[in-house]
Amino acid sequence: MSEKTHDGHTELTDNELRVRALESLLTERGLVDADALNELIDTYETKIGPRNGFKVVARAWTDPEFKKRLLEDGNAALAEMGYEGRQGETMVVLENTPKIHNMVVCTLCSCYPWPVLGLPPAWYKSFPYRSRAVIDPRGVLKEFGVEIGDDVDIRVWDSTSETRFIVLPERPAGTEDMTEEELVEIVNRNSLIGTALVEAPSAIGDQS
Amino acid sequence: MNDPKDFGALPSMPRDEEGPVFREPWEAQAFSMTLMLYEQGHFTWREWTECLGAEITAAEERGDPDLGDTYYLHWLAAIEKMVAEKGIVEADTLRRRKDEWDVAARTTPHGQPILLDHQQEQ
Repeated sequence: MSEKTHDGHTELTDNELRVRALESLLTERGLVDADALNELIDTYETKIGPRNGFKVVARAWTDPEFKKRLLEDGNAALAEMGYEGRQGETMVVLENTPKIHNMVVCTLCSCYPWPVLGLPPAWYKSFPYRSRAVIDPRGVLKEFGVEIGDDVDIRVWDSTSETRFIVLPERPAGTEDMTEEELVEIVNRNSLIGTALVEAPSAIGDQS
Repeated sequence: MNDPKDFGALPSMPRDEEGPVFREPWEAQAFSMTLMLYEQGHFTWREWTECLGAEITAAEERGDPDLGDTYYLHWLAAIEKMVAEKGIVEADTLRRRKDEWDVAARTTPHGQPILLDHQQEQ
């Protein structure tokens, strides 16, 4: 191996080289092709995101029949909205109530409800979250700025390759007059993982 | 985006806004190749999560603080292991090909597409 040089030459990082090696070998064996690969990347980068989840929540808040179906059979209700898993996973929707706060983690790796929330945020994949969510959920929530009363039961759900959980946050007071479309805009990603609440628009302070 | 709770959270934990899910293109490629192989039935998703989980645990034992930023590195190591285990691409072949790409990259003038020249190797 000659000395690496930046001068006038292209240099790929070790990770880039490893991925190129794998991709070119898989392509030669007819197992991947560049177009399909790019399409998949595009889907995950731009088409699937937490917004799918916001729509599910807003619909559940405004359509009691849908909410019932959603809590009974997550997969079927999500499929109604066109959100279906690629890994044959069971989607379970957990309802937050004044007495129960649900929170989701994957202690093993990062199993996550992709079809509804896209790909997981960095903190969800991190060791501190994966290890502490189970041991000290109240402390973790506090660090996320969420105070949960002592009278509320916190339930932590560990995702697996077979079962993915989504939290249905509580509809905040003061949003009774809002339409489904308007409600979509106030939901946030972390509330579907259980590390945030949803607040009524007037309660959201200005962020600089 | 406008969620105030995303910002002040967990000093020891990485946090982000609802930004891009991949930091670099190779992460997206490693991710998508894995999904494609899975969909072709080369392994089950359970096998995959076990393989990835083992990689993450091993990294933690080596002292990786594992703040989520090295996640796709673990992912890449896991898919390399998986394709070798399943006899799709042997580890040696992968290593050799990586070296070839390295040579190709370093002999390609900046700004031009990097290509492997198989004829030359044989």
